[in-house]
Amino acid sequence: MDDEHVIEVTDLRRVYGGGFEAVRGITFSVARGEIFALLGTNGAGKTSTVELLEGLAPPDGGRVRVLGHDPYRARAAVRPRTGVMLQEGGFPSELTVGETARMWAGCTTGARPTAESLGLVGLGGRTDVRVKQLSGGERRRLDLALALAGRPEVLFLDEPTTGLDAEGRRATWELVRELRDAGTAVLLTTHYLEEAEDLADRLAILHQGRVATAGTPAEVTAGRPARISFDLPDGYFLGDLPPLGVLGVCGHEAEGRAVRLRTREPQRTAHGVLTWAERTGVELGRLEVRSASLEEAFLGIAKEAAA
Amino acid sequence: MNTPTTTALRRRRLGALARAELLLLGRNRSAVLIALLVPLSLPITVRPAFGQLDLKGKGLNTGTLMLTAAIGFSFLFAVYTSLVSAYVARREELVLKRLRTGELADAEILAGTALPAVCLGLAQALVLTVGCAVLLHAGVPAAPYLTVLGLLTGLLISAALAALTSAFTRTTESAQVTALPVVFVSMLGSGIAVPADALPDRVARAGELLPLSPAVRLVRAGWTGELSTAQALTTTLTALAWTAVAVFAVRRWFRWEPRR
Repeated sequence: MDDEHVIEVTDLRRVYGGGFEAVRGITFSVARGEIFALLGTNGAGKTSTVELLEGLAPPDGGRVRVLGHDPYRARAAVRPRTGVMLQEGGFPSELTVGETARMWAGCTTGARPTAESLGLVGLGGRTDVRVKQLSGGERRRLDLALALAGRPEVLFLDEPTTGLDAEGRRATWELVRELRDAGTAVLLTTHYLEEAEDLADRLAILHQGRVATAGTPAEVTAGRPARISFDLPDGYFLGDLPPLGVLGVCGHEAEGRAVRLRTREPQRTAHGVLTWAERTGVELGRLEVRSASLEEAFLGIAKEAAA
Repeated sequence: MNTPTTTALRRRRLGALARAELLLLGRNRSAVLIALLVPLSLPITVRPAFGQLDLKGKGLNTGTLMLTAAIGFSFLFAVYTSLVSAYVARREELVLKRLRTGELADAEILAGTALPAVCLGLAQALVLTVGCAVLLHAGVPAAPYLTVLGLLTGLLISAALAALTSAFTRTTESAQVTALPVVFVSMLGSGIAVPADALPDRVARAGELLPLSPAVRLVRAGWTGELSTAQALTTTLTALAWTAVAVFAVRRWFRWEPRR
């Protein structure tokens, strides 16, 4: 292991009992103080990959090193230094939040006081509530509190904000950023593209068990088209615009009066559209110009794979 | 590896898990009821049957038989059936999977989960022993070390059998059915509800091969002193062999996650 990279994954493979190849040769690494996101559609292999890194199962090919050790075979060496939040947490429903946290702290080397762990995720006031009475979002936060109990150097978060409301999601992002700034390496999977865009220093988009694209969010979205969208007023149609080719448009969709244009030259296209609107005296509703987002990259990859 | 610190850590982890499990056991009323009442009440229901056996000729009395039955029931109800449900419930709620992401070793997870039930079984056995000795004039044990050995291997085998049964049990509801074969076969064949002496020879000999039989035999022999040294030794070896087999089988077949 070089000092920087605390997670190293080389040509990782995982094959399930029925012969289904969920992970087909994935390579990446994560450094200290870095947030790395794994994105992908359902079944892309995110959770299958993360479980191998967490040491829950041995890989069927390739190599995983976490803090320089094999996380499956060298469990005792790795576990005291990692924190894990599974996609579906498991806590006895009849225990209270406080009892669950105490149990976990008792099983964790150098654990934070339980009040501190629960306070981190805003569950300090729910200590005496049974787990079965928690909302889905609260359960996720309890899971996160336990993942953080041992002050881990490496943190695995499998869909950490699924089921959280907008406020809870923001709070979790803030917490994860603070941990990153304190030197924790964070590997997270997520369904939410804006989460990866906002949070990740680097990311990889998985598709059918392979890395379709990887890099910083800027690198991944570079070369993807920008998007201009607006509503035409009644009586106007897409065909009333100047020829799309002339505007520099490379793709378009129209649903009723709503128009979406994709372009690699957003300034030129926007200028063309606005000039036309000005000249014809047309008011464009809900006008929006967005530079390339992960969503574009994500949909593009799905489309390219389908083609 | 076995430095004092790791031993201390291990003890702390086991304690934390067992404490949580004890709270859960206390909150599961039907489990507590079965675990406590069945072993305490069933021996009384089988007492009339014991009264019809010819005991004097074999150096037995109702007290020793009841005692053996009661401890056997502790194995089966306080430990075995309650643990089948516990293992299945923890697995289906993904608790076992979550615990495996932490520092606990697999064996510690299984042991910590079993600890409250095993302690309950042990406490019950002690209460029953004293109770039978005082109320039913079972007398004092002739070879107490055999009874202790029988108790310990019996508790361990019951816990391991529970772990194994849980692997073939999908839900806590079906646990009430999947646990029945071991309960019935042991009650009849291992000398718990029916003393081996009351069975036809061939059946009794087949019964000796059941997993809990050597443990039950040791418990009873510790009281009556009915085994020769050689017999005691073979029975002990069989009990240990069953313990080893059970532990191996658990390592091989135990399921940590629900079937998907």
